[in-house]
Amino acid sequence: MSDAKAAPADIPEEVRSWIGQKRYEQEGEIEVERGYIYTSLASVENGNPLFWDEKVAEELTGGLVAPPTMISVWFRPHHWAPGREKAAQPLQVHFDLKEKLDLPEAVMTDNTLVFREPVRLGDRLRTWQVLRSVSELKRTKLGTGRFWVIDVEYVNQHGESVGTESYTGFGYRREGR
Amino acid sequence: MKRLELPDVQVGMELPELAIDVTATTVILGALASRDWRPMHHDRDFAQKRNGVRDIFINTPHNAAYFERFVTDWTGPAGRLGRLRFRMKDSVFPGDRLVFSGRVEKVEVDERGCGWVDLALASRVGGKVTTECSARVAIPTGPGDNPWKRRGDDWQP
Repeated sequence: MSDAKAAPADIPEEVRSWIGQKRYEQEGEIEVERGYIYTSLASVENGNPLFWDEKVAEELTGGLVAPPTMISVWFRPHHWAPGREKAAQPLQVHFDLKEKLDLPEAVMTDNTLVFREPVRLGDRLRTWQVLRSVSELKRTKLGTGRFWVIDVEYVNQHGESVGTESYTGFGYRREGR
Repeated sequence: MKRLELPDVQVGMELPELAIDVTATTVILGALASRDWRPMHHDRDFAQKRNGVRDIFINTPHNAAYFERFVTDWTGPAGRLGRLRFRMKDSVFPGDRLVFSGRVEKVEVDERGCGWVDLALASRVGGKVTTECSARVAIPTGPGDNPWKRRGDDWQP
C-alpha cells in the first residue's frame, strides 16, 4: 500500500532484503466467530444492530459479518498452544526488525485500513506481511530508533481480498539503556 | 433504525460528540478482544518499566474499533467503512476521559454510483489530541441503495 521502498545504508543487508518481499504467509488459527466479535463490540460499547440482530444483518449484508476494524484479530496467534515453546508474535516482521536492529522497545504510530469484501462468520482468513520501508535513526521523546512501514494483506477462503492494513511502527532504545 | 443517506449530509457538518471514561477493564477488554497478549496492555509494571509510560494503554485495534463505533453511531448500520487512517499521537490510559469529535470534509458519488463521505476525526483527552483519524464511509445515496451489496469493481474504497 505504501509507495515508500527505502532503507538507509546503515542497516543490515538481511533487513534490506526483506523490503518488498511477501513474508509469513499464513492461515488464521481460528475462523471468524461470534465470541470475539461480541467481546470487541463490548470493549467499545458498539450497539450497531448489524452485528447483534440477525434480521438486520440478513437484510443489509446477507448474513452476519464482523466489524471491519476487527480484520487483524483473525490472524493473531493465541498466547499459548500445545507444542508451542515460544510465544508466537502477531506481526512477526515487526518483531524481526526489533531484533535485527537491536531496538528493544517499539510502539505503533500510524495505521491505515482499507476494507473490501465483508468478513463473514465462519470465514478463515489468509494473510501475509510485506516490509515497505525503514527510516534513518531518529530521536523522539520515547528514545532513539527507526520508523518502519509494514503492510498486511488479508484474503478469505475464496481468495477474495477482504482488506489491507498498513502499520507504521517505531522501534527504539530508551535514553541511557 | 437510524439510516443516514447522502442528501442528509453536507460538508462542514459536525458529528455528535462521543465521550468514554476509560478504565483498566476497558483497556484490557479491548486488548483481549483483539487477541493482543502483549503485557503493556494489561500489566502496569511492564508498561511503566519497559515502555516508560504511566500505565497500561489502549492498543491499536481497540483504537480503530472506537473510531468505527463513532462513525457508525452516526451513519446507522447501512454505513459501510471503506478506509480508516489514524495516527496515534499520545497513549490513552485508565482514568482518561476520551472524547471523539468529527467533521464532514467531502461528500461525493463515485463513477460506480457509490455515495461516499470523507470525515476528519479526532480523539482527545483533556483537550489534547491523542489520535487523528480520517475515515471514508459509504452511505446510501437514497432509499433503494445499500453500500453493503457492492462487490468487485462496484466497491472502490
